[in-house]
Amino acid sequence: MKTNLSINGKRYQIDAPEEMPLLWLIRDVVGMTGTKFGCGVGQCGACSILVDGTLIKSCSMPFSFGIGKEITTIEGTTANLQILRESWQECNVPQCGYCQSGQLIAATFLLENNANPTDEDIDNAMSGNICRCGTYTRIRKAIHMAAAIKNQG
Amino acid sequence: MSTIQKINRRDFVKLFGLTSTGIIIGCNISSDRKEFIPTSDENSFSPNLFIQIHKNGNITLMASRSEMGQGIRTSLASAIADEMEADWKYIAVKQAIGHEKYGNQNTDGSRSVRTILEPMRKMGATAKMMLIAAAAQKWNIAASDCKADNHFIINQKTSEKIFFGDLIDVASKMPIPNENTVVLKKVKDFKYIGKTLKSVDLKDFTHGTAKYGMDIRIPNMKFAAIARCPVTFGTVKSFNSSDAEKISGVEKVIQLDRMIPPVGQFFGALGGIAIIANNSWAAFQGKLSLEIEWDYGENHSFDSEKFSEILTQRVHETGKLVPGSRGNVAKAFTDAKQTIEATYQVPFLVHTPMEVPNATAWFQGNKVEVWAPVQDPQTARAEIAHFFEIPIENITVNVTFLGGGFGRKSKSDFVVEAVALSKKIDAPVQVVWTREDDVKHSFYHATSVQYLKGSIDKNGLVTGWLQRVALPSIVSSFKPLSDYASGFELNQGFTNNPYDIQNFRLENVKAEAHLRIGWMRSVVHIHSGFANNSFVDELAFEAKKNPLDFQLALIGKNRIIDGKSDYPFNSKRMKKVLENTAKISDFNRKRPENHGIGIAIHYSFYSYVATAVEVSVINGNIQIKEVWTTIDCGLVLNKDNVINQLEGAAIFGISLALFGKITVKEGAVEQHNFFDYQMTRMKDTPKITVDIIEAMNQPATGVGEPGVPVMAPAICNAIFNATGKRIRTLPLFEVDFEI
Ligand code: FES
Ligand code: FES
Repeated sequence: MKTNLSINGKRYQIDAPEEMPLLWLIRDVVGMTGTKFGCGVGQCGACSILVDGTLIKSCSMPFSFGIGKEITTIEGTTANLQILRESWQECNVPQCGYCQSGQLIAATFLLENNANPTDEDIDNAMSGNICRCGTYTRIRKAIHMAAAIKNQG
Repeated sequence: MSTIQKINRRDFVKLFGLTSTGIIIGCNISSDRKEFIPTSDENSFSPNLFIQIHKNGNITLMASRSEMGQGIRTSLASAIADEMEADWKYIAVKQAIGHEKYGNQNTDGSRSVRTILEPMRKMGATAKMMLIAAAAQKWNIAASDCKADNHFIINQKTSEKIFFGDLIDVASKMPIPNENTVVLKKVKDFKYIGKTLKSVDLKDFTHGTAKYGMDIRIPNMKFAAIARCPVTFGTVKSFNSSDAEKISGVEKVIQLDRMIPPVGQFFGALGGIAIIANNSWAAFQGKLSLEIEWDYGENHSFDSEKFSEILTQRVHETGKLVPGSRGNVAKAFTDAKQTIEATYQVPFLVHTPMEVPNATAWFQGNKVEVWAPVQDPQTARAEIAHFFEIPIENITVNVTFLGGGFGRKSKSDFVVEAVALSKKIDAPVQVVWTREDDVKHSFYHATSVQYLKGSIDKNGLVTGWLQRVALPSIVSSFKPLSDYASGFELNQGFTNNPYDIQNFRLENVKAEAHLRIGWMRSVVHIHSGFANNSFVDELAFEAKKNPLDFQLALIGKNRIIDGKSDYPFNSKRMKKVLENTAKISDFNRKRPENHGIGIAIHYSFYSYVATAVEVSVINGNIQIKEVWTTIDCGLVLNKDNVINQLEGAAIFGISLALFGKITVKEGAVEQHNFFDYQMTRMKDTPKITVDIIEAMNQPATGVGEPGVPVMAPAICNAIFNATGKRIRTLPLFEVDFEI
């Protein structure tokens, strides 16, 4: 049976088991590969997405959770994500780049809810995302920069 | 003008220093040169394999080394573009497939820049010469009256200029300049080299469009997960897959035999039971539902804690004398005012790149195509040729982006698995490891135990240094029964010990391998860097000296410490980075209560790194407050990239110092995933300052790895400074700091 799913404003008709994690649904069924697998157990944040604006680790949430809701992935174009992309590029953040989809989504969630995050806010908001390459200091800088750009309007 | 080299396209020319296998560049003047041109685009000109200039001025450069976060695509492209006098905005980078025509492509040992920078610069310079020759012909003037500048050739007599793109027709008919006529730019004229260039891949990295191995999608492809024996090299006795086969999406269950490589070569693959499914998750679920009875084999009795005890006993007895020892250590100890002994331990570690091992393969008759995040595509290709008896020219290995490598992806076991499965099911298949697979079936960074004994005279000078090293060798992964660290491993910080001590003795102690051993970012330097720097700090304390002054004195007078290589190990450069780190960290400043500062220096991959770390230890909690690092890596290719690498290395080093520990019980690795093999996170991240000592007239040396080995000892020395507690066994999370 096909079920409707809405990702980045686009509707998809999907036939998959309801308990399949959103991560694998997005990657292997829908075929959008920007959302990454890192651990599968909610530890690394590589699979971060927004579901109705809430930050979710998609490896640990079933398909059924996303039904009837709006999903935002790294392929999305929300305003905060766009600003963060710019500051990410300005700070030359990525090394291998693999974790950065999840980092950007987690940072988007932070900025949506906190226009002017402190270092401590960043620590709290971003510590669910592992970067094995160790780009944390640049992520921190890029988030501050994005907040500044945003506040300038 | 230059002479035309008559080169048969079948000849492998040793060109421009790419001597290990040579590259075909002469192909471009042969009749069927198109075979070697990266695209079939007629509107372009390829002066060599690495450069393609299009009519619209765009330039596509080939990256022959794998990108795993070290910024190599940008670095190599910038070197070619600089010599070409190209405008950076026209540059795009394409990833080369695995093929010997690109020279050695093995991306490890922090050597890509070191070994192919000059050849790449020559490629760029050759292209520039051909463009100049073309323009000179058009204007009918001497080449010496032309110069290249920012994507144009300028007529220096008339100031007329022609765009690169408008020269490709004529340039493609120009002879390839003789190597001897190629002149490289002077350091002062560099436009990109040594400056800051952003990664060429930023857009893809921030839009989720960079294609890693796991992102490869081929019509009708299958996904596979493999259950492997928990004990290294164990085999399947019997299995029951009836539950697995009931899972929606699971299509097949296949037994894979272990693939054993010929001695001295390759890595092979472990074998196990594979689930073939139409999505990764179904494959993972299927794997969990398998009931397998294993024959654990001879590694079943392995216990890493017991092994550490055995190694500890062994290092307290005399080992095999390593050549290069000098003086008489025993006498120095007898004559000394004081002797100091210490035993240091580092556990097994695993790389855990963010992207797990994975590969997509399509076996079609007598042809194989692979898409995989591999550090060493040529070895992957050779392994496929060997195990599946396919002519090597029928095997294409496409290199995707690597979501981190750190040494794990230089072994192509996961590629061999994918090819084997594709052959069995006659369809394209992607093998995906779970994180648990990655943690439990890796090629582990070896554990080590070291015993050190030193002597101090009445002036507080070090008179003797004895070091016994026990660590399972990487060679064991190629050659069973290699029970001692090999020469190349000992040469990572042991035989090339930097200290000016009259009596020095190094002993090699037996250590068998019961896991697959591999190299991990900075490899054996992790062991030597930890023990050497920790022990110097202990000696300084016993001698009642300032640890910084003590290190500097121990490095001693200006001299070449080890001159055997092309990159002599120079004590002066070593002291300079140490002095600089002392300065930027204000090392001698008194720190707040419960804070401490520690320093460490290490020479690896021909680069010099000194790092100071400030920690606080409050109520038993260690916090890394700040890190100051100085590197001298010779010629700097891309400044911001060097800084980024050193920041990353600091975090990598903090992870291993705080959390890194793989343990083995009854032959099986006990850890699973990031909850019990932890990583540094944002909240653990200190402020990091990186300073570069510019040595632009020295050859470019390693950048990706040398920042790692200093971290653990600098942290432990800082903890001692803060608390008086000496840490000799890693990792720190196991240490109880409560008083
Ligand atoms: S893959 Fe979901 S948190 Fe790691
Ligand atoms: S950039 Fe490589 S894991 Fe974060």
